[in-house]
Amino acid sequence: MVLTVNGMALATRTDRRPSTTRTIWDSTVGKKSVMAVSGLIMLGYLVVHMLGNLKIFFGADEFNGYAHWLRTLGSPFLHHEWALWIVRVALVAAVVAHAVCAYQLSRRDIKARPVKYAHKRRRASYATRTMRWGGIILALFIVWHLLDLTTLTVNERAWAGHPYENVLATFSTWYGNTIYIVAMAALGLHVRHGFWSAAQTLGAGTARRERTLKFLADALALVLFAGFVSVPVAVMTGMVS
Amino acid sequence: MKLTLRVWRQRNTDAPGAMASYEVDGISKDMSFLEMLDTLNEDLILRGEDPVAFDHDCREGICGACSLVINGDAHGPERTTTCQLHMRSFADGDTIDVEPWRASAFPVVKDLVVDRSAFDRIIQAGGYITAPTGSAPEAHATAVPKPDADSAFEHAECIGCGACVAACPNGSAMLFTSAKINHLNVLPQGSPERETRVLDMVARMDDEGFGGCTLTGECATACPKGIPLPSIAAMNREWLRAVRKG
Amino acid sequence: MSTEYAAYTTGDPIADTKAPGGPIAERWDRRRFEAKLVNPANRRKHRVIVVGTGLAGGAAGATLAEQGYHVVQFCFSDSPRRAHSIAAQGGINAAKNYRNDGDSVHRLFYDTVKGGDFRARESNVHRLAQISVEIIDQCVAQGVPFAREYGGLLDTRSFGGVQVSRTFYARGQTGQQLLLGAYQALSRQIAAGNVEMHARTEMLDLITVDGVARGIVVRDLVNGKISTHYADAVVLASGGYGNVFYLSTNAMNSNATAVWRAHRRGAYFANPCFTQIHPTCIPRTGDHQSKLTLMSESLRNDGRIWVPKAKGDTRPAAEIPEAERDYYLERIYPSFGNLVPRDIASRAAKNVCDEGRGVGPGGQGVYLDFADAIRRMGRDKVAEKYGNLFDMYERITAENPYEVPMRIYPAVHYTMGGLWVDYDLQTTVPGLFAIGEANFSDHGANRLGASALMQGLGDGYFVLPSTINDYLARHPHHDEVDDSHPEAAAAVRETRDCLAKLLAVDGDRTPDSFHREIGELMWEYCGMARTEEGLRKALARIPEIREEFWRRIKVPGSGEEFNQSLEKANRIVDYLELAELMCLDALHRAESCGGHFREESQTPDGEAARRDEEFGYAAAWEYRGTAAAPVLHKEDLVFEYVHPTQRSYA
Repeated sequence: MVLTVNGMALATRTDRRPSTTRTIWDSTVGKKSVMAVSGLIMLGYLVVHMLGNLKIFFGADEFNGYAHWLRTLGSPFLHHEWALWIVRVALVAAVVAHAVCAYQLSRRDIKARPVKYAHKRRRASYATRTMRWGGIILALFIVWHLLDLTTLTVNERAWAGHPYENVLATFSTWYGNTIYIVAMAALGLHVRHGFWSAAQTLGAGTARRERTLKFLADALALVLFAGFVSVPVAVMTGMVS
Repeated sequence: MKLTLRVWRQRNTDAPGAMASYEVDGISKDMSFLEMLDTLNEDLILRGEDPVAFDHDCREGICGACSLVINGDAHGPERTTTCQLHMRSFADGDTIDVEPWRASAFPVVKDLVVDRSAFDRIIQAGGYITAPTGSAPEAHATAVPKPDADSAFEHAECIGCGACVAACPNGSAMLFTSAKINHLNVLPQGSPERETRVLDMVARMDDEGFGGCTLTGECATACPKGIPLPSIAAMNREWLRAVRKG
Repeated sequence: MSTEYAAYTTGDPIADTKAPGGPIAERWDRRRFEAKLVNPANRRKHRVIVVGTGLAGGAAGATLAEQGYHVVQFCFSDSPRRAHSIAAQGGINAAKNYRNDGDSVHRLFYDTVKGGDFRARESNVHRLAQISVEIIDQCVAQGVPFAREYGGLLDTRSFGGVQVSRTFYARGQTGQQLLLGAYQALSRQIAAGNVEMHARTEMLDLITVDGVARGIVVRDLVNGKISTHYADAVVLASGGYGNVFYLSTNAMNSNATAVWRAHRRGAYFANPCFTQIHPTCIPRTGDHQSKLTLMSESLRNDGRIWVPKAKGDTRPAAEIPEAERDYYLERIYPSFGNLVPRDIASRAAKNVCDEGRGVGPGGQGVYLDFADAIRRMGRDKVAEKYGNLFDMYERITAENPYEVPMRIYPAVHYTMGGLWVDYDLQTTVPGLFAIGEANFSDHGANRLGASALMQGLGDGYFVLPSTINDYLARHPHHDEVDDSHPEAAAAVRETRDCLAKLLAVDGDRTPDSFHREIGELMWEYCGMARTEEGLRKALARIPEIREEFWRRIKVPGSGEEFNQSLEKANRIVDYLELAELMCLDALHRAESCGGHFREESQTPDGEAARRDEEFGYAAAWEYRGTAAAPVLHKEDLVFEYVHPTQRSYA
């Protein structure tokens, strides 16, 4: 192999540049930005979702009423459930973009480092692993979660229009609790590295902001985990029944 | 000191490789790691065996030639280059694993020597300021605020050794690329090419087959010159800014 | 045999025919004006080979490509960025007079001629001083991050051997930053297709046709392939030959092969005995030592050098009271103190160690103490200025220089000698140019601190790109040369034969063992102090080592693969001849000047005593074959502007 770069006229200073979309999609930095933005969209949704869940502590009427209000949101300007569908479409887009980029980038990363070191280190790549496996766990969870509480396909009670009762049904089974709590733990870890990572990817990270960003990431992860998990815990302990 | 070395041996890029074991004796704590390998090679030559090939040159920690993964760490247990690592960091009787940089963008040339020309091509894509000889204005014509000059210098300290790539689980060259971009983009002299530089260098980095960044921070931990992790965020900022400006 | 070799003959004197006359300040302008130019449209038809990618080679390659020439460039490292210029620490001189401290082009010129102990060519040195200001402008424009003041303007510091503050720096990594600037400029030209870069490729011979340089023979270090490259001119920027001493501050792969093989093909070698021993290196720790590490001379600005007054005082430094310390440089040279030129500081260190007052293991060291500086400036300020050097020292020695004084000892650092070149930097082989440390031009018998970077970049960015035009314009239509040409075929054959011979011996000694042996011999007899007796001993011993080398060398593997032992052995072949010439040059120059100190020629107080009447010339040696007595050609040095005086730094 000859290690020369003779005659290699690299494409510099080209006047014709690819479109912005192409530039973003073709670049690892661009794809990471797509992941960061879609991740932040989902994160924002989760914060609202979690706060809505806490209404369960105020009883069935308030919780079911809140669920009903979500369907009439924006009315009369928006038709029944349109607001909800707009949010759903945006979320699906975010999930798909996030997952496709994650898949493509992961494949690329694995290809970039095909041979492992013979000497294994104790300091494993914790962040990358939690992101990849955590992401897969979360994707599976979303499917289950939708079948359970949105389409009610796998819910044991499956009483349309009565989410309070459906939630209680889910968290009165051992597997419902287990799946949910494990998934929320994965969510916490995913958000912890993901939020900080998104901030770096979008260029918000500086040496000075490092501690603030890390604290914010930890706080967000903890609040989301605690907020979501409080519901099954309350059901299990009989606080909510 | 007496040590057991397990060293990656590979005749050339296309040949298969394997770890091979060697015993070395009479090692002084004052020796550098490379001087310890010199001792091994002297023995191997006299025994009629092929000495271990490794890249090295200045042995002062500045040329960036040396490139060994020692016990799984790029440049070994201390935060420095392999040539500045001394045997006092090891204990008598230790078994030490020595491997080449691993990344598909850095193919093995022989034993512990890898081809890092991908780094050169990233620089060729835009890691410079277009200032042909003779065209320069008086040096004091443009004042550079000291914090900017210091920041440029800290990033310019990169020696291009590739430890960041070797340490990264994704074989990513983000820290290397960001160091050069942050060196040049912060300076007033570098600002006319600020956007093209970051776009072209990042594109070249991707084309060379380096992985993406998952911000594990392994690169900054391994960097013998202490290029910090926020350097990557700063490059991302430059890149997004350039994309926005079209 | 050695007596034969030492019985050199004296040939015709040589003159630098290119330096124009007239007032010295106008000579460079005149030369540039008188030089013929190549039409820009024709430049891309000219191929120029550049060997080396350090400050001189990198700068020359980039600049020639910018001008439109087709450059074919080589380096033995895996990347052009690794050339050893990268390790220069302290700084680069320029007569900017930003400090308003009385500096000027003329003062830089004067200091350099005087610092070189009046063995350099005035015209060249003045040109260097003129160009120095442009170098700084150029580097700043390229984005070299020099140290700056709070106002955003460039900072400077003073450096060994001068009393003005004219040294620009980038912490302790000035060489790195300047080299990366040149490397980046070169990279831009590689990307543009104007430079054809061959990394991991080493020049092994020069191809001359009818006495004119037309190409080189190279070996691809990865697959061992021998190939030829042809051009209209060949530029050697392959650095110095300090590694002949085995232990030096040079990089492990720095070598003399390119210049020596050019010498064998007819280029005269000038002043080979002028080597610089740098005073501030980290002392060696044992026989395993593979190289020595320099600590920047800038440390002498704030550090104080001392040894115990009493012989054999083994107390730790902290327990030796002030009254029992000898700050010998401050005592002997009150006006320059610790900032005396390198040759003087080195010899003084050797003297106190020879007296038995050295410190550290083996007594081969002196203290460089920062206690006063830390008291005066505070630890933080000291760390800001020298932090990386202190860290490096601690990493190597495991001693903390903030707490205990550094130990330093002189080591071979730079070679002022090199291929003889005229004012145009052309060697005695037409079409062969030598720039940077590879030539002998500007530093005389001793180089001032922070002047190597200046000369390398000056040659590469400004001098060569102007002067090579003249040569190419005057020799526009070379006949095509290819491998079938008898002289090219002979060069390839000789290269192959040498490698094959090395592989065939299959003896019982490693290349390193021979390198160490020749190095120790040179350090002993051709190092800091030289005597006729010692040099004659060395001249008798070198042919014996050479004979043993060809009988007992063992090089494993083959020539058709990546083979670092073969590379090394092939370089030692040249050291074994070069060492002989260095000793002969040192023997014939029966005077002391700069870095060349002959014990027979010293003043009553032990300073170097020059003998201008007899030795006021540059010695250019013509090769006549291995072990055959070379021919000496003298270039008389004329001093019109700086009158030679006994250097005094007292």
